[in-house]
This record gives sequence, C-alpha cells and structure tokens, in this order.
Amino acid sequence: MEFFDEDLDKETRPKSKKKKTVRVNHEMSVVVYFFVGLFLVMLGYFSWFVQIKAPDTINSSYNMRQQNLAKKVIRGKIFAANGDVLAEQAMNSENKEVRYYPYSDVFAHAVGYSTHGGTGVESVANISLLTSDSPINERLQKEMAGVRNYGDDIYTTYDVGLQQVAYNALGAYTGAIVVMEAKTGKILAMVSKPDFDPNTVSDNWAKVSNDKEKTPLLNRATQGLYPPGSTFKMVSLLEYMRENPDNYEDYTYNCKGRITVEDVTVDCFHSSVHGKVDLKSSFAKSCNSSFANIGNLMNTKKFSDTCSKLLLNKDLPIDLYYKRSSFALDRNSGREEIMHTAIGQGETLMTPMHIALITQAIANKGMMMRSYEIEKQTNYQGTVIKSYEPKEYKRIMSEKEASVIQEYMEEVVNTGTGKKLKDAGYTVAGKTGSAEYGNVKGESHAWFTGYSNVSDPDIVVTVIVEKAGSGSDYAVPMAKRVFDAYYGM
Amino acid sequence: MNTVIIGLSRYALVFFIAFYAFHCFMAFAYGKEGTRNWFYFTQNAFMIFIHVTGLVVIAMQTGNKDLYVACALQEVLFLAVIALYYVIYPNSSRLLINNMCMFLAISFVILSRLSVEKAMKQFIVVAVSLIITMIIPIIIERFKNMRVLTYIFGTVGVLSLLTVMLLGAATNGSKLSYDLFGITFQPSEFVKILFVLFEAGMLTDKDEKTGKIVMRPDPVKVVTSAIVAAAYVVILVLSRDLGSGLIFFVVYIFMLYASLKASLVLLGGAGSGILGSVIGYKLFSHVRTRVIAWRDPFKVIEGQGYQITQSLFAIGTGGWFGMGLTLGSPDRIPVVERDFIFSAISEELGCIFSICLILICISTFLIIMNVAMMIENPYYKLIALGLAVNYAFQVFLTVGGVTKFIPLTGVTLPLVSYGGSSVLATLIVFSIVQGIYLLHKEG
Repeated sequence: MEFFDEDLDKETRPKSKKKKTVRVNHEMSVVVYFFVGLFLVMLGYFSWFVQIKAPDTINSSYNMRQQNLAKKVIRGKIFAANGDVLAEQAMNSENKEVRYYPYSDVFAHAVGYSTHGGTGVESVANISLLTSDSPINERLQKEMAGVRNYGDDIYTTYDVGLQQVAYNALGAYTGAIVVMEAKTGKILAMVSKPDFDPNTVSDNWAKVSNDKEKTPLLNRATQGLYPPGSTFKMVSLLEYMRENPDNYEDYTYNCKGRITVEDVTVDCFHSSVHGKVDLKSSFAKSCNSSFANIGNLMNTKKFSDTCSKLLLNKDLPIDLYYKRSSFALDRNSGREEIMHTAIGQGETLMTPMHIALITQAIANKGMMMRSYEIEKQTNYQGTVIKSYEPKEYKRIMSEKEASVIQEYMEEVVNTGTGKKLKDAGYTVAGKTGSAEYGNVKGESHAWFTGYSNVSDPDIVVTVIVEKAGSGSDYAVPMAKRVFDAYYGM
Repeated sequence: MNTVIIGLSRYALVFFIAFYAFHCFMAFAYGKEGTRNWFYFTQNAFMIFIHVTGLVVIAMQTGNKDLYVACALQEVLFLAVIALYYVIYPNSSRLLINNMCMFLAISFVILSRLSVEKAMKQFIVVAVSLIITMIIPIIIERFKNMRVLTYIFGTVGVLSLLTVMLLGAATNGSKLSYDLFGITFQPSEFVKILFVLFEAGMLTDKDEKTGKIVMRPDPVKVVTSAIVAAAYVVILVLSRDLGSGLIFFVVYIFMLYASLKASLVLLGGAGSGILGSVIGYKLFSHVRTRVIAWRDPFKVIEGQGYQITQSLFAIGTGGWFGMGLTLGSPDRIPVVERDFIFSAISEELGCIFSICLILICISTFLIIMNVAMMIENPYYKLIALGLAVNYAFQVFLTVGGVTKFIPLTGVTLPLVSYGGSSVLATLIVFSIVQGIYLLHKEG
C-alpha cells in the first residue's frame, strides 16, 4: 500500500517544532473543544429524544405515520383487568381486517376507537399497540419474511362487572359515571352517555360525528363541563375552615330559604327553609343560603388560590383526553359571582373526572393520586414490557382538613341529602349536588360524589345525570347500584 | 427473496455506516500510514455498499428500473473523483475526499427515495461542480498572492448580498434565491466563502520588517473588519435569512478570537450574541415565530409548528433502526429535501444511521481544523478555521433545528440536502481546504 501517500501530520512533524505549534494552536484547540462539546450535547439530546421522549411525542393524533407502523405490526389487544378482551383485530364477513370490540357500547368511551384520530385507551396507548416487543428472533424472522409482527397488548384497570353495572345504572339518561380506586387513582369504570358502537363508528362516522344534539362521541366523564353545583361545597367548606381554623365549628346561620345581599338573591333548592344551621348541617342539608353567606365571609383572593391548588383552570393528572375545568373568581369579582361560586354555580364549570379526583384526595387523606387506566404493556406472549404503579400527584389539603371534610360528608349520608346510602351494608361519605344550568330555574343536573368504606376507603364513585333533577333522587341511587355491585349486594 | 433483501438492508445500512464512521476516527488515532490507507480503502468500500444497497432497495420497492442506471452512473462518478484526486493531487486529504463522497452517496440515496427527478438533477449539478472545483486546489497552491484580493472579496460579497436584499424587498422578502439556467442559485451560500476570505485578509497583517504574514493586525483593520461583519449580519437578518446571519456572526467571532488570541473576544461574542438575539426577538416577528414554534410546537401545530412537529414525528416513528427505505412518510414534511433532509434520513434509515452521519460531520470538521492547525501561514490558518466553523455551525443549526434542540433557522445539511448552490458552495469549501492542505504538504 506504498502508493497511498498521506499523513495527518502527527509523527512526521519534527519534535523541536512541537512546542511552538502547541502554543500557536491554543485558540484552534479551544474551537475544536467548543464544537465537539456542542455536538456531543446535541447527540445526547438526540438520543434522549429518540429513546425517552419520542414514544409520547409520536402518540399524537396529528401523527399520520401511525399508518406506516400498522403496515408492519398487527395492532395489539386491549384487556380488562380480569383478562377479558376489550378490543382486538378480527376478520369481518368480507374477510377484511377490522378492529373488534366485544362489549360494543359498554366500553365505548373508556376503550375508545383507533380510527379518526382515536380516543380512549386506543389513543393513549396507540403507539404501544403498534409496537412489537415479540422475541427478537421471531421479529427478525417475520420481518425478513415480510410478515407483520404482533403488536404489544395493553392490560387496563377496567373492571368489566362495575363497568356493566354503571352502564346499566345510567340507563337512558345523558350523563357520566366515574369509578376510581380510592387509594391508587386507578379508574375501574368510566361510562358516558349517549354512547356509540365502536365497531361501526368508522362506517357511521359522518352521522355520529355530526350529531350535534346527542354528541355521542363526547366522553362526558372527562370532557363534559358542568356547573358543579353543591358538590363544590366541599371546596367552599375547605376554604372556610382554612380561614377560620379555630372557630369554624361556631358558625351559625338562620336559613329562610333565600338570601339577598346587595340585590343578589340566592335560593335554596326548591326554596326549602333550613332554619338555624351550623357549618356541618349547612353542608349535610346542602343549604345554599348558608353557603352563599359563607362566600361573603371569605377572602376572595385566598378562595381563588385554594381553587387553583385544587386544579381549577389547571391541567389534571390524567392521560385520557380531557377538558380543563374553568373558574372565573378573582379578587375583582362582584357580589353575584362570589355568592354563586360558593354554592357551585356562577361561572365555574368542572368535569366529573375532576370532581372524582378531588373526592379521591379527600378519601386518601388529602393526597391526590395520578389517575390511570393502563396497568401494563406486555408483548403478545404476556411478557411484561412496562407496568404502571400508583403515583402520588400532589397533596391538595392536609390530613386534618381531609378528615373534617370526610366527617361532614358522612353526615350527608347519615342525616342529609345522601340518606338513601345509609345502612347499605357499607359506609359511605359523599356529597350530592343539583346544579342549575342555563337560565332555567328549578331544572338541574343531578350530582353525587363519594366513597365507600370510610374508615379504609375502597372506591370513589362520581355520578352526573344531565337534566334529571336533584342529586339525592337521581344520582345517589345510581351510585348505590355501583357500590352494591362492588360489595356483591 | 426481495423481502429478505429489504429486511436485511435496514440493518446492513446501519452496520455499514457505523463501520465507516468508526474508521473516520480510527484514522485520527492511528499514525501508521499503511494502516490509515487501509482504513481509507475500506471506507470507500462501505460507501459503495451503502450507496448501492440504498438505491437497489428503492428500485425494488418502487419498481423504477431507471434507478439501476442512476446507481451505475453515480458509482462511476465516485470512482472517477477518487481516482482523479489521487492522480492529480496525490498529496490531498483522502479522508476529506471519502467523507465528501459519503455525504453525496447518502444524498443520492435519500433524494432518489424522495424524488427521482430531483435526485437526477442533483446528480448532474454535483458532477459538474466536482469537475469545476477540481481546479481550485491547484489555484490555491500556485496563486500565493490571494491575500491581495481581500478588498475585492469583501466588496463583491457585500454587493451581492445588498442586491439580493433589494430584489428581495421587491418580492416582499420571500425570495432569497434565483433560477439561473434551471439551477437554483442562492448567493448567500457563496458570499459565506467570500466573507471568510475577506476576514482572513483583514485579520492578518504583513510584517513590514520580515515581510511575513502575522496575526493581530493594525487596530484600524480590526475595527473595519468588525463593521463589515456587522453589516453582513444586519443585511442577512433584514432579508430574513436568520440562519446565514447567525453563521456569519459565529464565524467572525471565532476568526477574530484566533487572530487576536484573546478569550475576551469569546466572552464579548457570547454577550453581543445574546443581546443581538434579544433585540432580534423584540424587533422582528419572523424571529418570534421561530421561537414560539420551538418552545411548544404542538400548541401551534396547525400553523408555525407544523414543520417541526412533522419532523419530530418522522424521527420518533423511525426510531433507532428506521422504517426502511420507502416505508416512511418523509414527504409529509414541507421542504423535506432541503432543510429537513436529516429528518427524512432518520425516519427511513434510522437514528443510529443519522447519529453516524453526525459523527462523519464531526470528523469532517476535525479534518479542516487539523489543516488549520498544521498550516504555518496565519492567513491560510484563518481561512481554514473560518471554513471549519462555517461548516460545523451549519451542521449544528440544521440538525439542532429539525430535532427541536434549538429553534429552526432554515439552513441545509452541507452536501446532503438538495440544492445546487448549497452543494457547489460546499464543494468549493472542501477544495479550498484541499488546496491549503497541499500548501502545507509543500512545506
């Protein structure tokens, strides 16, 4: 190889010149180190992106490249917690590959669909379902043979029994039910109605997606924004306690069925006169006049801060697609907004999932958990690729505060608006709500949120029934059916 | 059979380029000439493997038989270039020639996948450019008085940029390039080289007594050089060519630093760079747009964030080993064949492949810096340094931009991106470096 005459001027340089060269080239070395350093940092970032960040980034409904993955991988299955199949690939009568959902409407929003941008678990775990972690030799073999590999499977936390019960409980009503494990934030069931059949949603897309009246595609559990009504009194109560830590128990108010301050009038539900109430009975009986009065006693700025800590106007710790709750109260708010906000009306709008999360935090001694619905990702043979553990999100109230609110919520069930849950064979702490909507007086959405086995909480159930009437009459019985099913009654 | 070849090719391409990149650095580490020559020879082989495999896979997947012909023609070109350099310039840097051919090979593969027509056009431009630029090393080697042309370089540079800006203003700032004989001509690519030649002249002086060229010139010259550099940057920013503006700035700072040998220059450069960015951000909406799209592209995904999110989808979906040639959707990224060529490569050939590509870019930078270190004459030292920084920073801007490491500046990946003036300008840079290398070899 003598004819290649070349060198990088290393050993050919006379030794004597070396010292001088080094001094002359000091600046050159700085430039070299600077740029090599810059490139190494960029390569580090790039590797981090590909390995860690990319799976999240590409799991976007804007990423049309998912179709390319589907050409190489057979989309994985979705399972319920007990191993029932919730979604899988199958052949239809025309021998065409389709996504098959054995439970059709029951898991419509919880599992979602994979076409048209995707929703539910199909969307959250889209890339995992289209990623194959089969054994490497099998993967290579199939790739060489031009055959698609099996995508990974997803095990959800969904409980088929509870989902079925919640689905039936809601019946023909419009609304949503969320069932969550109290200490972990696991979603056990999530129903939204009206619903749709995910097996045919793609074929009927134009019709389903344009149904402005029923909006069946909307997952009301996470995207439905409702006035929280009296369930919001949990928040007002917390704030009043914070502002009067030593004497909140001394609060009294004489309810005459309505309260008028500066031309603003707030009525109790159906103008009931509650008479002389203290803080606990105001809460248990859900006395609007008393809570509007409490609103007037509170520091608006501090109230607004507390609400921010409870994630109003903020992102929620969930991975399903959701709408942020909205909240308008600030230090400049007028009398009307203050009084209405304190009883959960006014400009405040919240999703059932958000109410469920706050309830979960109360049950869990003030610690809000990240809610999740994916237990693990396995390859098609069941080998676990990734598993998900409960994660604390943040403490939204002290243990002491949570225990007082719990005590008040028990009172709701024992003597107040939640009496239908008394002596059910398990204990419940909860809060009802009858949220007026629009400008129609007297008509309301029915709310209930609460949890069972108060001394060592098991499950949180949050129910919203649109335009049904009072929470005690409509939402509480539905929640009861879910609790009953959980305890096998 | 075909599926096996296509399936295997994905891994083979990654292996070939990794091996190639490895040898780039081994060549630095090993002193023995015989060993190094063997490395260079192997590199040629791997370059040919990558090029042929890539084009054959695309031809198989698309059924386009023309690609076999294109492949053969391109191979002839590569072998001719390697042989011609060896014959005409036996003292030239072989590693630089190898890297040059490697970049062009990758370019032909990915462009053939994106658009066969563009790949063919690029091939013709490359072939002509290679022939033209082959005379540059000898000019540099023979014409030792290049430094007397300093002011001419400067004047021509400023005038061409001004012309572009004024013509650009007439078309509302959208036009930075012109079509000449069917070739897109972007003057700023060539002005970069003139700029380096000009500043190298300004930042060196002729010692009256010894007649030698020295660093640290007369302060008047330094100030003049700074004013001219500032003028270049301002003109470029006003014509909305942010990437080039930034490159000129950085190139000047490092050249000034090397000439004055004062760390203060770097500090001042960093300071004025930050100040300039803030002013630019406040003054120009097109700067703000880039920054917004960088900070949270998903918020503006339907607007300014579209390109960068498509690029991230491409890179992320491709993963370490890529989708395989023709199996991705790089064409969803606007101007993929120019500014986003790196994303297309990552999507189909995989991120290991593109990391190796960056490593080859680093090695190219090191080769030019090595030339800058070896040459004794300060004038050529500064030219080599300026060209090295120019090259490295451009690679950094384009790769960093499309991976969302830094805001997008819209510059091309030298020799790999589609575009006539970009490729010609880079080939001129490489041959100037070869010329300086020859000067050094002469002693």
